[in-house]
Amino acid sequence: MGAYVLRRLSYGIGVVFGVLFLLFILFFTVTKPDDIARRALGEKAPPEVIEQWKINHGYDRPLWPWQDWDDNLLFDHYERMLTFDFGLSDADDSPITERIASGVGPSLSLTVPLLVLGILVAIPLSLLVAFFRETYIDRMGVFLCVLAMSVSMLLYIIGAQFLIGKVLRWYPISGFDSNLLMLPRFLALPLIVGVLSGVGGDVRFYRTVFLEESSRDFVRTARAKGASEARIMTRHVLRNAMIPILTNVVLAIPFLFTGALLLEAFFGIPGLGSITVDAIAANDFSTLRTMVFIGSLLFILGQIATDLSYGLVDPRVRFE
Amino acid sequence: MSALLEVRGLRTVFPGESGPVPVVDDIAFDLDRSEVLALVGESGSGKSMTALSILRLVPKPGRVDAGAVALEGENLLDLPVTAMRRIRGRRISMIFQEPMTCLNPVLPVGAQVVEAIQLHEAISTVDARARTRDLFAEVGIPDPEARLDAYPHQLSGGLKQRVMIAMALSTRPEILIADEPTTALDVTVQAQILALLRDLQRERRMAILLITHDLGTVNELADRVAVMYAGRLVEVAERRALLSEPLHPYTRGLLRSMPALARPGERLPEIPGVVPPPDQWPSGCRFSTRCAERFEPCADRVPSETEPAPGRRVWCHDVERRLDGGAGK
Repeated sequence: MGAYVLRRLSYGIGVVFGVLFLLFILFFTVTKPDDIARRALGEKAPPEVIEQWKINHGYDRPLWPWQDWDDNLLFDHYERMLTFDFGLSDADDSPITERIASGVGPSLSLTVPLLVLGILVAIPLSLLVAFFRETYIDRMGVFLCVLAMSVSMLLYIIGAQFLIGKVLRWYPISGFDSNLLMLPRFLALPLIVGVLSGVGGDVRFYRTVFLEESSRDFVRTARAKGASEARIMTRHVLRNAMIPILTNVVLAIPFLFTGALLLEAFFGIPGLGSITVDAIAANDFSTLRTMVFIGSLLFILGQIATDLSYGLVDPRVRFE
Repeated sequence: MSALLEVRGLRTVFPGESGPVPVVDDIAFDLDRSEVLALVGESGSGKSMTALSILRLVPKPGRVDAGAVALEGENLLDLPVTAMRRIRGRRISMIFQEPMTCLNPVLPVGAQVVEAIQLHEAISTVDARARTRDLFAEVGIPDPEARLDAYPHQLSGGLKQRVMIAMALSTRPEILIADEPTTALDVTVQAQILALLRDLQRERRMAILLITHDLGTVNELADRVAVMYAGRLVEVAERRALLSEPLHPYTRGLLRSMPALARPGERLPEIPGVVPPPDQWPSGCRFSTRCAERFEPCADRVPSETEPAPGRRVWCHDVERRLDGGAGK
């Protein structure tokens, strides 16, 4: 198993190299170093101030190694990321590591309950519609799922802010408070919206998994030995369905740390998602690349964790 | 005394484009205590569906449409679901064709047998495990103690079928339904499993409904044979009578196409064509489209049951005609 993890990690290094390269190309195709400076200093900044800013922030160097092998932005990009030297934000010169540290808490306080709630809602619902397969309950459930999936998240956000926040005045429309007593009030709306927009797709996916497992021969065996439908669902179907479900859940875990982009931005939660959205809006290359780099690292680790978790639920899995 | 299991007028249908299509149609037979009855037919003849109908395990959207399945006089088709569950696995057990896929891949095989026992008896897990170990030994699983914790993928096909048999026998059922129990196995393993079933049947005096397409298996195990074609019975007889003197043209065709009976170097005679799909079954005798003996009424009228000898039933216009002719002389 150790050899397996090592091999997967070495593939992961290749992926990280690719992600960093793509990000560099994409960013500098649409944005010039002058644009970064102008966004940091304001549109009316005189050219000499912009030149000075570029020198101070290292953007006076050429982009590519063939322009200057010893001193170019691409090599500097790799060197800083791979040594975890994230540096200062291009937007306001604040230390990026500190901003990330302050954003992890708010992000996790939203994304962890969101993941747990999503599972707690989606699995029983999908077991229910799978149990009533081929009936009106099942068809109605699938219809509602497709409906829930089809509506844009933005509509849920605006709709919930208007209806629950403004008309009913149950919860604040937006904002954040790290005080544990106040926190649930601020998290209520983003959690409702997050669960609502995610549950449709999850229920449909889990239902398909449950239905597929329900038609297996060993389920017929369990029926033939006299097991009840409820027992068959929980002991035989659920255990086997855990394999694809785990993939879905464990793959989502890394993204708990990168935060929920839209939810954080719209509900004013100062988490990592907000930092990423702000960085995109502000042409803040140094912050953006850090978020993408951390995101890709977490994704690779998440995938390895998913593969290892198969070994826990499926005795047939061996790591070689 | 009435038979242990009496099947009468059993009809199982699946929804089709123009109304329900019967895949099992008007099946009737008896299964006596400690008797082995073979249900024989080609693929698609409805023999597996007949077996699943008895246990009310017909996969949706199929359903049992008419008939009665009486176990010691009690109609299983009328039982509430919970009462039916107490029949399944306790009084009537079933083993299947595919031992590879019939065991739950994520549970140890011992635990699956323990579950079967505990579903029907208030017994501690330790005791159920001990009984499972004894059952494993009885069905010829080597090193039974270690095999209790093995997962299905760690066992060969033959061993998996032995586990299935141990599971089916764990509550001492009166009836074992064996649906093509050896079809998916290697030839040498087939012989071992058949020998095991024969020994267990004799020791436990258990009735077996054996579903097979293989007349060699019938010869090994069966006391009586019921031949099915396209959802209907065509002939029911004692094994010896049926194998030595088949009356229905379909039974004769099946026997002729057995490799063991063919002469060396000769092409194996076959029945021309295949069983048509259920929605294309002819309205008269269902075998009429492939029958060499067919004459005028065959395509239009369903043949009625005739009893050419005690305990022997045939559904065939040709047999009927000859019997009538014999009676007229």
